[in-house]
Amino acid sequence: MSLTATLLLSVAVLVALIVAAGIFTWAERRLLGFLQERLGPNRVGPFGFLQWVADTVKLIAKEDAPPAGADVAAFRLAPALAAAPVLAGFGVVAFAPGLVVADLDMGVLFVMGMLALTVWAMVLGAWGSRNRYAMLGGLRAAAQMLAYESFLGLSLMGCVLLAGSFRMGDIVAAQQDGAWFILIQPLGAVLFFIAGIAAAHRLPFDLQESEQDLVAGFMTEYSGMSFALFFLGEYIAVLLVAALFTTLFLGGWAGPILPAPVWFGLKVGAICALFVWLRAALPRPRYDQLIGFAWKVALPLALLNLLVTGWIAVGDAP
Amino acid sequence: MDELLREFLPIVILTILAGGLGLILMLSAVIIAVRKPDPEKVSAYECGFNAFDDARMKFEVRFYLVSILFIIFDLEVAFLFPWAVAFGEMSMTAFWSMMVFLAVLTIGFAYEWKKGALEWQ
Repeated sequence: MSLTATLLLSVAVLVALIVAAGIFTWAERRLLGFLQERLGPNRVGPFGFLQWVADTVKLIAKEDAPPAGADVAAFRLAPALAAAPVLAGFGVVAFAPGLVVADLDMGVLFVMGMLALTVWAMVLGAWGSRNRYAMLGGLRAAAQMLAYESFLGLSLMGCVLLAGSFRMGDIVAAQQDGAWFILIQPLGAVLFFIAGIAAAHRLPFDLQESEQDLVAGFMTEYSGMSFALFFLGEYIAVLLVAALFTTLFLGGWAGPILPAPVWFGLKVGAICALFVWLRAALPRPRYDQLIGFAWKVALPLALLNLLVTGWIAVGDAP
Repeated sequence: MDELLREFLPIVILTILAGGLGLILMLSAVIIAVRKPDPEKVSAYECGFNAFDDARMKFEVRFYLVSILFIIFDLEVAFLFPWAVAFGEMSMTAFWSMMVFLAVLTIGFAYEWKKGALEWQ
């Protein structure tokens, strides 16, 4: 790909992602309203569809003052750091055959690295705010990310083993010959989804910003555009996890009749809807339950899943 | 080297653009947003009280423990990744040596569990 084409595609991907995240916030609020038997935002535009545009304008205009004791550089840098890595993570996602910014041979690893970087923003923001709630939220975010990151990699290893590659395109291709990996790796898919919720810091695993005990956790002192950037980062992270899940377990862009990007969008949208549904349906666990589940249940299961997959794959080999 | 550069250049461009976007949004807020600080508004939020103590306090040693456990298991994962990619063209010796490695690690994991390193309470 030429340099101009790369630049154009990069800008297109970034713009599409920001619009997608905006629409996702509206869709989530409407869906939550539906699940809780209320209306949700319905005033701005048809069905309240332009609510996210109005929110963005409002958030840009809002006052955004760092607290007195804050480390201003860290406080200002953290929101930008929250959004940038997950946006960059989409660079290796194959939306359709050939429609990818950079088809790296270590694509899945790159996405995992970029997802893990979001926790830096949280810890940096928490430390920079010099607020007790923020500090506790930052600590929780770090410990949670470490506990769930350890089996995030293990849970998708079965797919990598079967496809023999980290490249997104190769993993999709491997599923076209046989079945979708969710059928071959059901346990891996469930574990990856759980780890994905934790990595995107979504309910029920959002104890670093749980309102009933920490006000807003690491975001307590943030307002206006800095808050909006944290928010954007969280929603893009959900989209990134959904895109990774689609590629690894749901056959990526492959599908009959409709064009490839439409299939990809539909599958990602379905996973996002599942995220919202879980948010509406499940209560938060206690923090010790959260960490205990990661080490004592999920990690051994992920290891077992990989061993059994390896065992069967070796048995199949001539 | 040239090949490597060509493969990674697009992702570098996208990363720079994404970082730039974040900075531009922050700067736009600095330029557009109103700013009227006063001592009450910029004091640290602690549910209406004056802050009791510095926020950068001592914290639980268990947070360190989780990070140390993470280092062990993340190294394991890093070791497993190349193994999983090369699985197709691998000898049985390679398969079994990884099984032995995992067995050693499982013994270590069981020991940690028994010692109570995984208990948060």
